[in-house]
Amino acid sequence: MPAAPFDYHAPTTVPEALSLLAALGEDAKVLAGGQSLVPLLTLRLVRPTAVVDIYGLEELRGVRRDGRTLEIGALVRHRALELGEGPLASCPMLSEAAALIGNVRVRTMGTIGGSLAHADPAAELPAVVRALDGVMVARGPQGERAIPAAEFFAGLLTTALRPGELLTAVRLPLPEGRAGYAVEEFTRRAGDFAIVAAMAVVELDGSGRTARARVAIAGAGSAPVRLTAVEGALAGVEPSEQAFRTAVGDHKLEIEPEGDVHASAEYRRHLTRVLTVRALVRAASRAGRPASDGAARGAGA
Amino acid sequence: MTELTIAFTLNGKPQEVRTAAHETLLTLLRDELGAVEVKDGCGEGVCGTCTVLLDGEPVSSCLLLAARVAGREVTTVRGLAPAGSLHPIQEAFVAHGAAQCGFCTPGMILTAYAFLRENGRPTRDEIRRAIAGNLCRCTGYTKIVDAIEASALSDAGPPAASRPPAGSVTPRRG
Repeated sequence: MPAAPFDYHAPTTVPEALSLLAALGEDAKVLAGGQSLVPLLTLRLVRPTAVVDIYGLEELRGVRRDGRTLEIGALVRHRALELGEGPLASCPMLSEAAALIGNVRVRTMGTIGGSLAHADPAAELPAVVRALDGVMVARGPQGERAIPAAEFFAGLLTTALRPGELLTAVRLPLPEGRAGYAVEEFTRRAGDFAIVAAMAVVELDGSGRTARARVAIAGAGSAPVRLTAVEGALAGVEPSEQAFRTAVGDHKLEIEPEGDVHASAEYRRHLTRVLTVRALVRAASRAGRPASDGAARGAGA
Repeated sequence: MTELTIAFTLNGKPQEVRTAAHETLLTLLRDELGAVEVKDGCGEGVCGTCTVLLDGEPVSSCLLLAARVAGREVTTVRGLAPAGSLHPIQEAFVAHGAAQCGFCTPGMILTAYAFLRENGRPTRDEIRRAIAGNLCRCTGYTKIVDAIEASALSDAGPPAASRPPAGSVTPRRG
């Protein structure tokens, strides 16, 4: 079905886009890569009166690394994350996650900002950003503000972005020292949204013990969640599959899965436990490798 | 409702058309420009049969607003070889019987084309992953993989290196 008609605006600068959003109000939708919004338009599940197409905002396509912070413009495409060239090579976790998104056509058009602002609870990138304690940068009528991932993902397809605000970039603090990451997900078919995905980052101290472990889960609640009880239990432990299994088995999982046509709530709980252990094992193994094995490590050399 | 005039290149030929902003590239190509080799499948970016190359990269034309192709190169399966001839990937599909009902074939060939340009000597597993986003409901995947593998290994070499499409391929954006 064709989309219902709408007014179309294609600004070329961020201030121009913000003026349009202010003038058009809440009936306007922001269009980035279009891989989620266009099907909603053609299925007529959403019928905005106006679309503000931001794909021409070249200033949102940059990637830069400033010390231990990687800043990625909102319009950087999944395909670029997957290829992981230039400064993006410093965060291979993004590459591993982006390779799992949809199909190659989705990755060609889709953008990191679009995925984060759409906030599908089963999407890969919101969970990666949550695991890395990323910070969203938004610009609006009152200027620029930074929103930590813990506050940004407010619920099902809901973010902390205010009306008239535009997500312009995400800042990712890169793990320091001996760090490793892993992305594990379960899908029924290639390219599907994850039924459950587990993103793990493990940092080791000088003696090889876990200085810090972080786990974010997608697909088991209305937004990506961190397993903070498991994370707390892992501080200072000798990394091993048994230790990870014990931590996951003995502690509360802060997930709130619901059953649906794809999987029951209990099955999602089961997947969360299994995938979390797998992700931690692989992340710890990567963290423990010699520094020369930079390509496989989460933190780079 | 916004109407606009867009100029773009389709299989090497300049086009200038009037379109509505809510129209997709798929309907523009099929209904206005007669490019019915681009198939209309699921309409939500999953099946892959409406694949076209946008500046050389595979995209779902059903998920692309036509307004967005202004100034860019669009290549359909018809643009891979001069009229009356076949691209080596198409020849391999014929030789291996890789088309059953044929509905997925244009998207399969364009996806294979873009993939082989980046990976001229793929393994069968890499080929399977590359076409994971293109569905063949006849489930004739084995021969499709055979054909892609054969065209990669053929004396013609990686197809893209020997024969660029009618429209030139510009560097990836972003």
